[in-house]
Amino acid sequence: MYKDGNLHQWPYPIRYNQETEVDTDVLILGGGIAGCWAAISAAKSGAKVAIVEKAATITSGAGGSGCDHWINTPNPCSKVTAEDCIDWERENANGYINGISRYIAAKESYDTLLEMEQIGGKIRDTDDEFVGADFRDEQTKFLFAYDYENKFHFRVWGKTFKPALYKECKRLGVKIFDRTMATSLLTDGGKQGTKVIGATGLNSRTGELYIFKAKATVMSMSRHSRNWAFSSELTGLGQFRPNIVGTGYAMAFRAGAQFTLMERSVRGNLSFGISYPSYGTGNAMNTWYPCTIVDANGKEIPWTDRDGKELTDFPQRTHPAKDQKLFAERGMAYKYRRPDITPAMQDRVKKGEFALPLYADMTGMSKMERRAIWGLMVGNEGRTPVPILKTYSQAGFNPDKDMLQNYLMLGGDWLRGENLSYVRIGGEGPGDSGGLVVDWNLKTTLDGLYAAGDSLFAGNYHHHAAATGRYAGRKAADYAKPMNNVKPTRRQINQEKQRIYAPIKRKCGIEWKELNAGLVRVMQNYCGEYKNEELLNIGLTWLKDIEKNVAPNLYAANPHILMRALGVLDILACNRMIIHTSLARKASSTYLGFNRLDHPKIDPPAHHKWVTLQQENGSVKTGELPIDFCGDMESNYEAHK
Amino acid sequence: MEKNIIYARPNPTSATRPVVFNPEICTGCNKCVNVCQTDVFIPNPIKRKPPIILHPDECWYCSPCIDVCPKDGAITLNYPLMWRIPWKRKDTGKHYWYGMKNPPPPNTRPMP
Amino acid sequence: MTYPAELKWPYPIEYGNETEAATDVLVLGGGIAGCWAAIAAAKDGAKVAIVEKGAVLGSGAGISCDHWQWAITGVPGVKISAEEFTKALLDNHGGYNNGITRYIQAREGYETLLELEEMGGKIRDTEDEFKGAPFRDAKSKFLFAYDYENNLVMRVWGITFKAALYKELKKLGVKIYDRVMATGLLTKDGKQGAKVIGATGVNTRTGQFYIFKSKATILCGARPQCIWAYATEYAGISGARSPSSLGAAYALAWRAGAEFGMMERALQQGTFFSGSPAHGSGHNSNTWYPCTMVDAEGKQIPWVDRDGNVIKNIEDRSRPAPGQKFFIMGGGSSSLPHPGLREYKGPRLKNVDEQLAAGEVTLPLYADLPSMSNHERRAIFGLMVGQEAKTKYTYVNYTKAGFDPDKDLLMSNQQLIGGGGYGTSSSGAKVVVGFPNIRSFSSGVVGGPVIDWDLRTTLEGLYAAGDGIMGGNDHGHAATTGRYVGKRVSRYVKNERQMDANRQQIDKEKARVYAPLKRSEGIGWKELLAGINKAMQTYCGEVKREKLLNMGLMSLADIQNVIESDVYADDPHSLTNILGIIDIHTTAEMILHASLARKASSAYLHFKRGEYPDVDPPDWNKFITITSVNGNVKVGERPLNYWGDIVKNYEANRI
Repeated sequence: MYKDGNLHQWPYPIRYNQETEVDTDVLILGGGIAGCWAAISAAKSGAKVAIVEKAATITSGAGGSGCDHWINTPNPCSKVTAEDCIDWERENANGYINGISRYIAAKESYDTLLEMEQIGGKIRDTDDEFVGADFRDEQTKFLFAYDYENKFHFRVWGKTFKPALYKECKRLGVKIFDRTMATSLLTDGGKQGTKVIGATGLNSRTGELYIFKAKATVMSMSRHSRNWAFSSELTGLGQFRPNIVGTGYAMAFRAGAQFTLMERSVRGNLSFGISYPSYGTGNAMNTWYPCTIVDANGKEIPWTDRDGKELTDFPQRTHPAKDQKLFAERGMAYKYRRPDITPAMQDRVKKGEFALPLYADMTGMSKMERRAIWGLMVGNEGRTPVPILKTYSQAGFNPDKDMLQNYLMLGGDWLRGENLSYVRIGGEGPGDSGGLVVDWNLKTTLDGLYAAGDSLFAGNYHHHAAATGRYAGRKAADYAKPMNNVKPTRRQINQEKQRIYAPIKRKCGIEWKELNAGLVRVMQNYCGEYKNEELLNIGLTWLKDIEKNVAPNLYAANPHILMRALGVLDILACNRMIIHTSLARKASSTYLGFNRLDHPKIDPPAHHKWVTLQQENGSVKTGELPIDFCGDMESNYEAHK
Repeated sequence: MEKNIIYARPNPTSATRPVVFNPEICTGCNKCVNVCQTDVFIPNPIKRKPPIILHPDECWYCSPCIDVCPKDGAITLNYPLMWRIPWKRKDTGKHYWYGMKNPPPPNTRPMP
Repeated sequence: MTYPAELKWPYPIEYGNETEAATDVLVLGGGIAGCWAAIAAAKDGAKVAIVEKGAVLGSGAGISCDHWQWAITGVPGVKISAEEFTKALLDNHGGYNNGITRYIQAREGYETLLELEEMGGKIRDTEDEFKGAPFRDAKSKFLFAYDYENNLVMRVWGITFKAALYKELKKLGVKIYDRVMATGLLTKDGKQGAKVIGATGVNTRTGQFYIFKSKATILCGARPQCIWAYATEYAGISGARSPSSLGAAYALAWRAGAEFGMMERALQQGTFFSGSPAHGSGHNSNTWYPCTMVDAEGKQIPWVDRDGNVIKNIEDRSRPAPGQKFFIMGGGSSSLPHPGLREYKGPRLKNVDEQLAAGEVTLPLYADLPSMSNHERRAIFGLMVGQEAKTKYTYVNYTKAGFDPDKDLLMSNQQLIGGGGYGTSSSGAKVVVGFPNIRSFSSGVVGGPVIDWDLRTTLEGLYAAGDGIMGGNDHGHAATTGRYVGKRVSRYVKNERQMDANRQQIDKEKARVYAPLKRSEGIGWKELLAGINKAMQTYCGEVKREKLLNMGLMSLADIQNVIESDVYADDPHSLTNILGIIDIHTTAEMILHASLARKASSAYLHFKRGEYPDVDPPDWNKFITITSVNGNVKVGERPLNYWGDIVKNYEANRI
C-alpha cells in the first residue's frame, strides 16, 4: 500500500458529479442470479436491457461462485408436485412464506434449469462420472441429493452457471454496468409513491453518477445485512459479505414501496467472523449431507429419524421414513423432517459416551457418495471450489483417507459448529427474511418496479432466484413494451447527488466502520433478542439522532470508501424499517425469532398475519395483510404467468 | 468542488478519532505523544501542529494524554459511536446521549 | 483523517545497535507494582532501573484508582486482624489464592498508603467534602466502601497516585527506560533454570537493543490478556488493562525456567464486546456500589442479602448481615464470579434474569443516582467514577454533555447485552442474550509465577510483584507487594555482584527479536493474534478435554512454525506488537499444559474437565505447577497452603 514511503494515488480517473444518462427498456438493479435471469428473460422478450451491478457480474453475488443444489418440483424423475413443495415450505415457516414467488419457483424451476443447460450450464452427469450411484437417474443422468426416493433436490454443477449466464447476457446485447452501485430509484415527478421510472447509480471507481431511465425496473439487489453484527477484522470466515447491505431495501423504501416480514431475525452463529469457512469443516448438513460423523475414537455418531429412532443403515438417510411422503432439506416440521445426527448428541458427549472432537468420515462412505460430497458439492457450492476444495487438496487433504474435523463443541450450534454463543442476525442467516411485497406479476406496490430473488419477502435459494428472476424479467419486458421513458425531475437527481457526494466533501469525519459498529450497538441493545415498546422507541430515537447528527459527518477518502459509506447509510435505513415493523407486531412468534416482553403470547392466532411497512409522504406507515393474501396459487399462477 | 489529491488508502479501523485535537489551541508540544501507553501518536512533521493518530485502533481510552496536556481544550477524548450510553432525566423521562445534537446544558460541577 | 503526503517513521531507526546498562535492581514494568518496588529499593540505597514499554508517568492499569482494597493492620475502625481476614479470603476462594501476598497486603497496606500520602498522593477527605457521610471516619477523614462497619476497602483519590510515584522515582534518581519492552531474561551461563542476571529489551520507537545487567530483577508486568479474544475494532472495551499489557512477563519468566501455578484458571466474561467506557453505564457493582437500580418504569430492583432475603433499607447494603462478621465485596462484582462462601457474601441485586423472565421488571434498567443520599451520590459519581482508572473522562465527558447525577438516571448496559463480568447477573444472562460471553484470563485471581516469602520466584535473582504473581489482583496488592519486594531485593543485592551476560544467549535473543523484520510482508500481528485466539477458543474453551487440549498444543505448535517463518513487522512499533503476540503464544501454551495437568473440575478455578466431572474432589485441592526444564514442560504440584503458617512466616521474614 505504500510506495517509497508515499501512499499510492487513486488509480482511476476521478469524475465526481459527472453525469451519464442511459436509456433502457428494462433496468435490472443487481446482477446476481435473479438479476441475470431477469435480464436474459427480458432480452429474449425483445426488450432493451441494462444491468447495474456493484461488483463484476460475471461472478458476483451469493450464487456467483457456485451452487450445489437446485430444487425441482415437478420434474420427470419425480412424483413430487409444486403443491407438495409449497406444503412443506408452509409447514416449515408456520405459514410465513411468499406463496407467490414460491409457487412460481416451484412451477418454473425445472424449465429454468433446462434453459440453464441450453445457456451452457452443466446440470447433469454428462461425463458419466457417477454411473451406478443410487442418487443418479440413468436415463436423464440427473443426480439427486437428500431424498433419493423422491428425487427433487438436484445436485448440479453450479460453478458453471454464473459465467454462462453472463455470457448469455452479453450475447443478447444486455448492457452491463459493472462497478456501479445503485443508489436511488427515480420516480415520476420525483414524488414518493409514484411510478418508478429509473434509478441513479454511482461508479465505485470513478465516482461518476449514472442516471438510468427505464420503462420497467427489476429490483434484485438481495436482502439486508449487518444490522446486528459487524466485524471486518475477523473477516473471511463468517457471513460478512461486504457488498450486501440492503441498499435495495433502502432505495425502495425511500421510493415508497411496501415491505413485510422485516421484523424477523434469528440467533445466528455464522455471522461475524468467529466461525469457520463456509462448509470448510466436517459436517453432515446441507452441502455435506449425508456424511457419516465419527468421534475422536472413530465411533460413529448415530443418525436418527424424525421420531428419534436410530437409523440402522445408510440408505435410510436418503429415503423418507416409512409413513412419510418425502423429506426436504430444511424440513423442520415433523411431516417433512429429514433424518439427522441424533439430537441427543450434546448430552451424550457431556456424559462421556462420545469424545470430542468429531470428524466427517467420508472414508467410510461409498466411493460415489464421497465423490459427490467432496468434489461435486464442495466444489460447486458458492465459495467452496477454491477456498475449500482447491486449498485443502493442495494442502494434502484426501477424502479417501482423511477425516475433516467438525467443530461441534459443547455450547454452540451444530450446523456450523463453534463454541461461542449466539449473535442476532437478520438477512445474513439462512432462511427467509423480510423484503418487498409483490403481486402475481412479481410487481411491487410501486408501478414500474418488479422484484426477484432474495429481495422478495421470504425469498431464499438459488433456484428461487433463478426462476423468479426469469419470471420477473418477462413481466417487466411485457410491461415496458407500450411505455415511453419518462424524464426524471432535475430536483430528485440533485437531491440524490447531494446525498451521495456529501461524504467526499469533508476532509475528515466519522468513517464507515465506526458508523456500522455504532448501528450494531443500537440494534443489539434495543432490537435484540427480547424487545419491548420502550426499548424499540429508544432505538428509533437513537437512530434518528445518528441520522441527523452523526451520519452527516461521514467521510470517504475515495470512491470505493464512498461506496462503503453509502452502504452503511443504507444499513441505517434498514434498521429503522426493522424497528418500525417490530413495534407494529404486538405478539411474540417462534418462527419469526421475535420475542416481545410486553406481548409474551407466542403466535396467538389473531396475529398470524403479515405486518407491512412503507412510507407515505415521508411518514412511516405500518399495516397488515392476511397470511394467505396470495390467494389460490394454482388459479392465480395460471392467470398471470 | 476543490481539487484534492485522492489516495489509495486502506480501510480504516472502526473508531478512527479516539481523541480530537483543536489545532487552534494545540501547540504541538507532544507531551501526549510521550505519555501514551500504546504509542498511538506520532509527532506531526510540521512543527506546532497537532500530532497524528497513527494507530487509532490501539487506543484504549485510558486518557493520560488528556491529563498531561498543558493547554485546556487542545485534546479531548472522543468516545466511539458504539460506546455511547444514554441517560434518562428522572422527572421528565426524556433520554439524552453523549454526543447528541441539542444536548442539555453542561453540568460544570468539578470532581471532588 | 488526513495524512500528509509523505509520512516517514519519525524516530531514528537503530535496529541491532546495543546499549548496555548495569544496575543493582532491575524492575521490569513501570506500573504500580514496579514503581513501588523501585522506590522501596532506591530508598534503601540500591541503584535501580525501571524498564517500561509505555511511559512510566501514565502507564499501566493503575493510572488511577478508586478503591484501595484490604489494607487491615492499622486502619481506623477495622475490628479484625490481618490474619483473620487473609484466612477469610483464602476460604472464600477455596484455598486458591496467594496467602503470602494477601497477608502482606493486609499487614502493610496501611503503611504503604501513608507513605504514598507523604509522596503527595491524596488518600483521605482532607477538603472535608464528605463530612458527615456514613462511610467517613471523622477522625482520620478516611472514606470507606462496601462494608461501612468493617472498613476493609477505602475510597481514595487514585488519580494523584501515579504522578506522585513518578515524582518520587525521579527524586530518588531511579533510572527510567521508557518505550523499552523487555524481551527476555538473561541467566547465568545462558542456561534455563539458572540464576537470573539481567534482561534484554527493545526500544519500541527506534528498535535499539538493550542489555541490562542486574544483581536482582523484579518482574512487575501485568497478567496476560488477549489469549482468547481480541478485536481492535471494538477498541478499548476489552477490560481494565491496555492493549499493551500482553503478559510478556510470563513468557519471559517461563522461558528462563521459573515455576508457574494455577495457569489453568480462566472464566467466561461478558465484558468483551459488551463493555462501554469502563463503568460508563449505570451499575450497582464495584465502582458504583451500592447504587439503587430501577427499571424502565421506575420500579426499584430489590437488593437481597446473602440468603436471598430482600434488604429494605439502603443503609443495610453497607453493613454485614445479622450474624455476619463482615462481607468481602458485594454487588456481584468482578472478584467473585465464582461461588464464594455464604460467610463472606455481600448484598447484591436480586437475580435480574429471573425477574425479566417472570415479567416483573421492564427493560431497560437504570442506575438511580438521584435517589441516593447526597454523599453517596457524590461519592459514586464524582469520586469513584472519576478516580477509577479511565473514568475521569467518563465524568468529564458526561458532565459536559449535560449529565447530572442529581437528576439523571444512567442507563445500564448490562442486562441489555447479557450479563457476566460487572453486572447483576454474574453467571451470564440466560434470558437476555446479546453479545456472547467470551473466555478471559483477566478478572480476579489468576495464575502466575510461584513465589516465596521474599516474593522470589523459583529462579534465583528473579522476584515478582503486583498483577504478575499467582493470585495477583487489585491496586492495593500491587502497591504493597511492590514496596515489600523492593525492600527485600535491595538487601539481597548488597551481597551480590553483577554477572556478565552469556554472549550466546544475547545473540540468540537478538536474532529472535529482530527476525520479523526480515520480511516485508507476511503475517502481521493482528492476524497472528487472531489465529492464537481461534485455537484457544476452539481447544481450550469452557469444557476442556484431553484430546482437544492436545489438539490445541498441536495447533499452537503449528503457529510456532508460522512465527518462525512468516511473521513480519515493518517498523519498531509493529515489531513491538508482534513480539508481544509471540509472548501471548507462549502463555497460551502454558495454559494448555496446566489445563492438561489438572484432571478434575473445579468451581473456584472455573475449570471444567469433561472427562473428570467431579467438582473439587479433595485429592485435587492443590496448586498445579508447570516449569520449563531444558525446553520440556515439567508438571508439579504444591499444597494449597504451601506458604505455611502465615503470621509466623511473615514475622520471620520481616525487615
